[in-house]
Amino acid sequence: MMLRKVIRFVQNEKLVPVYSSMLAIVAGLLVGFVILLLLNPSQSIQAFFTMLFAGLSNGPTSIGNVIYFASPIILTGLSVGFAFRTGLFNIGATGQLLTGGYIALLIGIRTTVFGPFTWLIALICAAITGALWSVIPGLLKMYKGVHEVVTTIMMNYVALFLVNFLVKQTIYNNLKNESLPAPADAVIPKFGLDHIFVNSNVQGGVFIAILMVIIIYVILNKTVFGFELKSVGYNKHASKYAGINVKLRGLQALMISGAIAGTAGAVIYLSDSLTFLKVQNTLPTQGFMGISVALLGLNDPIGIVFSGLFFGYLIVGGQKMQIFGLSPEVIDIITGMIVYFSALAIVFQNAAKRIFRMKAVDE
Amino acid sequence: MRNTLRMKHITKIFPGIVANDDITFELRHGEVHSLLGENGAGKSTLMSVLFGIYKPEQGDIELNGKTVEILGPNHAYQLGIGMVHQHFKLVRTFTVLENIILGIEDTKFGLITKEDARKRVLELSRKYNLNIDPDAKISEITVGMQQRVEILKILYRDAEIMIFDEPTAVLTPQEIKELIEIIKRFKKEGKSIVFISHKLDEIMSVSDRITVLRHGKNMGTFDAANTTKHKLSKQMVGRDIESPKLNTKPHLGEVALSVEHLSYTSKASGKPILNDVSFSVRKGEIVSIAGIDGNGQTELVYALTGLLQHDSGDIILNNESIGHETTRNRTLAGMAHIPEDRHKHGLVLEFPLEYNLVLQEYFTDRFQTKGFLRFDTIRQHAYDLIQDYDIRSARGPITNTRSMSGGNQQKAILAREISRSSDVLISVQPTRGLDVGAIEYVHKRLINLRNSGKAVLLVSLEIEEVMNISDRILIIYEGEITGELYPNTTSMQEIGLYMSGAKRGG
Repeated sequence: MMLRKVIRFVQNEKLVPVYSSMLAIVAGLLVGFVILLLLNPSQSIQAFFTMLFAGLSNGPTSIGNVIYFASPIILTGLSVGFAFRTGLFNIGATGQLLTGGYIALLIGIRTTVFGPFTWLIALICAAITGALWSVIPGLLKMYKGVHEVVTTIMMNYVALFLVNFLVKQTIYNNLKNESLPAPADAVIPKFGLDHIFVNSNVQGGVFIAILMVIIIYVILNKTVFGFELKSVGYNKHASKYAGINVKLRGLQALMISGAIAGTAGAVIYLSDSLTFLKVQNTLPTQGFMGISVALLGLNDPIGIVFSGLFFGYLIVGGQKMQIFGLSPEVIDIITGMIVYFSALAIVFQNAAKRIFRMKAVDE
Repeated sequence: MRNTLRMKHITKIFPGIVANDDITFELRHGEVHSLLGENGAGKSTLMSVLFGIYKPEQGDIELNGKTVEILGPNHAYQLGIGMVHQHFKLVRTFTVLENIILGIEDTKFGLITKEDARKRVLELSRKYNLNIDPDAKISEITVGMQQRVEILKILYRDAEIMIFDEPTAVLTPQEIKELIEIIKRFKKEGKSIVFISHKLDEIMSVSDRITVLRHGKNMGTFDAANTTKHKLSKQMVGRDIESPKLNTKPHLGEVALSVEHLSYTSKASGKPILNDVSFSVRKGEIVSIAGIDGNGQTELVYALTGLLQHDSGDIILNNESIGHETTRNRTLAGMAHIPEDRHKHGLVLEFPLEYNLVLQEYFTDRFQTKGFLRFDTIRQHAYDLIQDYDIRSARGPITNTRSMSGGNQQKAILAREISRSSDVLISVQPTRGLDVGAIEYVHKRLINLRNSGKAVLLVSLEIEEVMNISDRILIIYEGEITGELYPNTTSMQEIGLYMSGAKRGG
């Protein structure tokens, strides 16, 4: 009986990938532990457990911080994951996030006519900007066959330097080489979250993330539009033959993906937790982080929520590493390992199945 | 005669299915032994067991009298077992020689030396009359030649047991004849050959013995000299197979589809592909377009279905011009289409079966309200079609389409296209790669459709199919309709002459 249950568990198509994501996390954490052991042998065990439990150690405050870090990467993860589902590899979430974030801040700082709804208008404009920023790669892909990986990644750098330039021209705080802060009306409301998660950085952006996840989930799984998007993603030829406007759907898919990344920008910068658009020569990390989140979350909107929260949790843990004289980048290495292992998920699955099969034969 | 290979009591079980059930298979030295069976009968599984890809639950493999455990494909090669796969495993940008030596290159100071290899390859090519040019690029040679490269690959690795997995599926009739000659030459040289196919004609012409598999069981081994195609097909399918034929005169209705002076020139090469093609199909008849592959059939169908925009001429469906309509509008105007390549155009393999069954209709009010899919009616629709068209799958409507057998995938497409009761069905090689039972099924469906007053356009490469189930035969040669024939008054030979361009007019 027990064996039959195990068989059913391993064979359940829906569970196997989840199971291998878990394995990837465990394997990644183990490698992380080895790294800690090398960097700081005497305190490695302590550091490891601090990292593992930092997201919970201070109760609501820690949890609030986890949510704060998770919100934008759930959005960028959703952006990348959604594009994946429609057969596109959007590496341009960073650029869409930057342009969206900039427009959000510009509207937030420079307009007053919308009063308490300034944040909402800024948010919507960020989404539109993100969508528009992906139009160029979208058109090139659909009509000229230029691969979106190349174009979106180049658009990231165009976005970075364009936004640097525009920040200096319009909303510059030249004392700090960064943008001005978002005024109160432009901050996404927290609806009491800050009273639940006291003393944390928690922001209202989490509501936006959850809302977007629900919207994308419904589009992908319940609508005719989503049916067509997925169909195009899986098989362009069959979709064309079924009368779907493949080029238009592809362009729309990339624009939606861009819009989600654009809102991620708004979620980051329309806050009162001292995050400013910095004038710098490196790309913000949340964009590429989205690829990791999407990978571990198996490109599934619900999976992305969990993997986004997990990565947020790790970021909080990483900040505690300084106690042990380790830099927070240790966490980036561990994150990288986990993503690496989730890319190897198929190996885990096969290994698990092989071990399992041998057992079945022995019985 | 001694046995080179004995597979004894092989049993291989997959979850939910016994793929090989106590199969014993013996291969004598210097014989051609065919494995005959429908898709899913267990032929490939048996060969995968031989190659160590699957570990059988039971059974042993004996090679030249010694029991061996084969650990994997490379080990099988070391033991002198080689396989020519149905889907070639060649590097297209490499030359023939480079492909042959790939993996076992001779090196000198770490650099590849090809001279010895070239000598051996040429020698082998001459010995078996393979006519290979070792310096040609794979991408520049014909499919038949590519297959010979695969053959040379295993010869070069000193295979004594040669396995041909559905080798004729991709070949032209002429190439098939040549391949059979080559196989006979191998036999004369003392190689032992396993020939896998479900085409009875080839099997009869090439084999010494034939083992029939059905549902994973060995139905018996027969001497080719003492059996008939009829007996074999009965063993293979488990019942008598009739090839459906048109028995009644067509009840011709009005013209459903009419093609007028259609021309198309390839944008890439500037070559004329379709040249002033005109014909019409009336309700209640099956019209075949016969021709050798690559004479413009594919482009003609693309133009008809809207996947390609023709240069001049027009297409009339039910008295309305649809020549410049989108694919979707043509579908809605009453055109159904069974595409040539069911994996590329016919199905979204990653979708569950029920989604594929509504792929032409999901946007209609029956399956959606206000942009939201109606999963209840989609599911019900799937159950209905599965029942009506006998589509077999592991998990019904939610089966992953990729996991279904070719025959059942084709049934799914047929179900989807026929159930919409369109006036015109364009059916392109609807039986390609299917086994006897499924071919019978498809032909019956097409005939029923014709008898119920629909127009059927059948594009086919198989002369026999064309002769059996068409009311009228149009020959396409180099993008032109070069003849119009009637099955009662023509012969296969005559059609062959038209198809090869030796005869035209009439």
